[in-house]
Amino acid sequence: MTAFIIRRLLQAVLVVFLMSGIVFFGVNVIGDPVDMLISPDADQDEIARTIEALGLDRPIGEQYLYFLKGVATGDFGKSFIFGEPALKLILQHMPATVELALLSLLMAIVFGIPLGLYAGLYPDRKVSKGIVAGSILGFSLPTFWVGLMMIMLFAVILGWLPSTGRGDTAVFLGIESSLWTRDGLSHLFLPALNLALTNISLVIRLTRAGVREAMHQDYIKFARAKGLPESRVISVHLMKNILIPIVTVLGLEFGGLLAFSVVTESIFAWPGMGKLLIDSLLQLDRPVVVAYLMIIVLFFVVINLVVDILYSILDPRVRLRDQGA
Amino acid sequence: MTVISVEGLKTHFLTRAGVVRAVDGVSFSLDRGEVMGLVGESGSGKSVTGFSIIGLVDAPGKIVDGSIFFHGDDLSKLSARQMQALRGSRIAMIFQDPMMTLNPVLRIDTQMIEAIRAHEKVSRKEAWTRARDGLAQVGIPSPEQRLRAYPHQLSGGMRQRVAIAIAFLNNPDLLIADEPTTALDVTIQAQIVHVAQKLCRERGTALIWITHDLAVVAGLADRIAVMYAGRIVEAGDTDDVIDHPRHPYTVGLLGSVPSANQRGQRLTQIPGMTPNMLALPEGCAFRDRCTHSDNQCSKAPQVSTDERGHAIRCFHPQYVKTPA
Amino acid sequence: MKTQANIHKETPLQRFWSEFCESRIAVGALFILIVIVVLATLAPWITPQNPYDLAQVDVLDGKLPPGSEAFTGYTMWLGSDGAGRDLYSAILYGIRISLTVGLAAGVIALIIGTVIGLVAAYAGGRVDAFIMRAVDIQLSFPAVLIALVLVAILGRGIDKIIIALVAAQWAYYARTVRATALVESAREYVEAARCLALSNTRIVFRHVLPNCLAPLIVIGTVQTASAIALESTLSFLGVGLRQTEPSLGVLISNGFEYMMSGRYWISFFPGLALLLTIVTINLVGDQLRDVLNPRLKR
Repeated sequence: MTAFIIRRLLQAVLVVFLMSGIVFFGVNVIGDPVDMLISPDADQDEIARTIEALGLDRPIGEQYLYFLKGVATGDFGKSFIFGEPALKLILQHMPATVELALLSLLMAIVFGIPLGLYAGLYPDRKVSKGIVAGSILGFSLPTFWVGLMMIMLFAVILGWLPSTGRGDTAVFLGIESSLWTRDGLSHLFLPALNLALTNISLVIRLTRAGVREAMHQDYIKFARAKGLPESRVISVHLMKNILIPIVTVLGLEFGGLLAFSVVTESIFAWPGMGKLLIDSLLQLDRPVVVAYLMIIVLFFVVINLVVDILYSILDPRVRLRDQGA
Repeated sequence: MTVISVEGLKTHFLTRAGVVRAVDGVSFSLDRGEVMGLVGESGSGKSVTGFSIIGLVDAPGKIVDGSIFFHGDDLSKLSARQMQALRGSRIAMIFQDPMMTLNPVLRIDTQMIEAIRAHEKVSRKEAWTRARDGLAQVGIPSPEQRLRAYPHQLSGGMRQRVAIAIAFLNNPDLLIADEPTTALDVTIQAQIVHVAQKLCRERGTALIWITHDLAVVAGLADRIAVMYAGRIVEAGDTDDVIDHPRHPYTVGLLGSVPSANQRGQRLTQIPGMTPNMLALPEGCAFRDRCTHSDNQCSKAPQVSTDERGHAIRCFHPQYVKTPA
Repeated sequence: MKTQANIHKETPLQRFWSEFCESRIAVGALFILIVIVVLATLAPWITPQNPYDLAQVDVLDGKLPPGSEAFTGYTMWLGSDGAGRDLYSAILYGIRISLTVGLAAGVIALIIGTVIGLVAAYAGGRVDAFIMRAVDIQLSFPAVLIALVLVAILGRGIDKIIIALVAAQWAYYARTVRATALVESAREYVEAARCLALSNTRIVFRHVLPNCLAPLIVIGTVQTASAIALESTLSFLGVGLRQTEPSLGVLISNGFEYMMSGRYWISFFPGLALLLTIVTINLVGDQLRDVLNPRLKR
C-alpha cells in the first residue's frame, strides 16, 4: 500500500512539473512574455523595469527555474485588474466553486444512481427507455445551452428561481457557505443542476450498464439461491460491485466539474474561480490566468491520486495485487 | 420418503429467433439421501432443469408445463416469498465456477452469515459460530482466518468448498450441484466430490449432481439420468446404466470415456455436433447422429421401462456390455 | 439458412445501409443532418440577406420578434438580433462556420491521432509507453480545460480555436487506433502479409489501417459533434471565435444579454440550430457504432 501511494505521488509530482513547463513555455515561447506578464497599460520605463525585475532578459532555462520558484512559494504575480496577488484572488473565489461542484456531485449521485438502477433492472419498460433517451440527450447537449434554457424557463418565464449571482451565506460548523440559507440554496439550485446534468447522465449510463452486466453474473444467482431477499441482493451484492466503477468515475469527474464550472458560472454569473478565469481571460489579466491553470492542474492531480487510493481501498482485488507487487 | 418429484417439466426460452425447448418433458423423483447424476452435453437442458427446481430461470425462460413437487407441495403454487424462504434453506444449489459464485467484494463471513440470517432469526455471533463450523466441516483449515478473507484470496478448490459450506448451512433437504467440479483440477475434483458426498450422507440430503462427465457420477450417484436435447433419454440405477447402457447416445457417451480397463482400445466418438436447439429433427432428437436410426425414429419414441426400473426413450435399445 | 444466403448476395455497403436503416430515429437524424448541411452550404444563395454585408443590414430592424417585416420588405421569420441582422440568415451562416470549424478540427485531429496511434502500435517498447502515458495524462483532463489552456496561450480566432480543439481531441483517436492496430496486427492476415515480405508501410496502410476505419468513423462522428459543442462553448464564453467569425456560439452569446428582457429568440433559435446539429450527429454516430461494432453483430 505504501509503495503504491509513493509511486502515485511521484507520478503526480511529475505531471504537475510537466504542466508547469507547458504553461510556462506556452506563455514565454509561443506568446509574448512581456504581453503576458506586464499590464498593457504600462509605459516604456515600467516595461523595462519589470523585464529586469522578472528576469525576462535572462536565458530561458533560468527564467523557468525562477517561475518554478514562484509556483513553489505560491507567488504567481499580482493581478493587473485588482492589484492583489493572483493566488489570493483565486483562493477567495474558490469556496463558491467548490460548493457548486459539491452540490452537483451530490445531485449526480442522488438522481443518477436510482434512475440508472431502475433502467438497468427493468430494461424493457417504457420509463427505462425514457431514462436512457434522457441520458443520451444529457450527454450531447452543450452545458451552456441547457443553462440558457434553464434560465429562460425557470427564471424568465416561470420566475421560480433567481437566475444570477450567489445568495446569502451563513456560517455553520465553521464553514461559510450558501448551502446553509434558503436564499443561498435557491440561487445555487439552477447552476448546480446545470453543472450536474452531464454527470447525472454519466451515472445513469454507468449504473445501468453495471446492473445489466452484473445481473447475469453467477454471484447474483448464487445470492438468490441462498434465499436472500431481492432487496439485499440488489442493495448489497449488486450495488457494492457496481459502485466501485461509479465512485471512481465520479471522483475523477469532480475535477471535470471544477473545470466545467467555468461555463456554468459564466452563465449564471456565479462568483467562483471559473468566472474569474473567463473574466481574466477577457481582460488579459494573465497572472490570474496562469495561477488558475496551475491550481486546477494541481487539483486534478490530487483528485486522481485520491481516487486511485480510494479505489484500492474499495476494491479488495486491487489491494491484494498491490501487496504482491 | 420422496423429497422431490418432477413431472413432465417443460421450461422454454422464448427468444427472438424462436422457442428454445431447453427442458421438454422431464420427469424424475428423488428420495431422502438419494444421489442422482444428471448427465448430458452442454445445452442438453440439465442446468435449466436445476434452475427450474430452485425457481431461478432467467428471462426469457419460463416453466410452461409440468409440475415440481417438493415434499408433496407443488412449487408452482408457492408465492415468490415462500419460494424465497425455501431457497437456501430447504433447497440449496452450488454452481460451476467457484471463481464467479462468491461475490468478489464481500468477505466470506458476510456471505455466510447473511445466508443463515435470511432464514433464521439468530444473533450475528451465533451465525458466525455456525459459519465457522460449516467451514470446518468442508475441510477448510483455520476457518476463523478464512472467514475474514475475500474470495480472491482463496484457491478455486477452496472457494468451491466455501460454496458447499454455504449450501449446507441451513441443512437443506435437496442440494442441486450444477457441474461443481468442471472448473477444477482433477485431484481437487475428487476432494470436492468426497466432501459433498460425505455431507449428503451424514444429513440425508438428496443430491442432484449435474455434470457432463459420466466418470464423475459413476462412483457417486445411486441413479443416473442421461439428458439429450431437453429430454431424459435413459435413466436407471447407476450400475445398470453404466454396465448395460441401452440408449445409443449413452453407449456413445460411455465409449468416449477413457478408463483403465479399456487400455489399448480405441475411444469412440459420437458423430455430428451438439444439436441446434432451434432446429431439432422431428421425432427422436438424436436420430441424425445415431447409427441405428431408421424411418421409425421420425416419430418420437415413448419411454419404456424394464422390470429393474431402467427406462429409455428409444426404438432401438442396445444390448452391449461395457467392459467391467 | 435462406436469409443467410440472401445476406451474402448484398454488397457490404448495401448490408451496412440496410442495417443502418433498422433504427428509424437514426435515419430521421441523418435526414435532418443532410438538410442542415445542404442549407448551410447554400447559405449565400438562399438567405434573404447577407448578415455580414453592412450594406444589407439596418440597425432599425434590430430586435424584431419572429415574423416581423424588415425595413427592406422581406419577412424575418425568426426575428432579428440586436444589430438588425435577420436571424434565419445569420443562423445559416453560423452553422456554416460551426460545421467548418468542427470538421476541420475533427479531420486534423483524426489524422494526427491516427499517425501517432500507429506509430505507438508499431514502434512498441519505450516509444509506445511514452506516447500512451502522454495520452493517459491528457485524457485525465477534460477537453474544455485543455482548450482553455490553449486559448489562454494562443488567443482567439478561427485558426487558434482549431488548434485548441485538435489539441483537446487527438488523444481519443490515438488511443483507439493503437488498440485496434495492436489487435489487427496480431491477426493471421498480417502474418501472411509479412511472410510475403511486404514492406511495413504497405502492411500498415493497405492492411491494418483499413481495419481501423470502422472505429475511426464512429469516434470521428462523435468527436466532431463534441468539437462543435466545444467551439460554441468557447465562443459563448467570449474566448472562442471573434465577432467577425460569427458561429452559432457567437450568435447565442450575442443574444444572451437580451434574454432577461424576454427577447428570447435571439439566443433561442441559434441554440436550437446548434442543438439539432449536435444531436443529429450524435444519433447518427450511435447507430454507426451499433452497426460497425463487430462485438454487437448478430
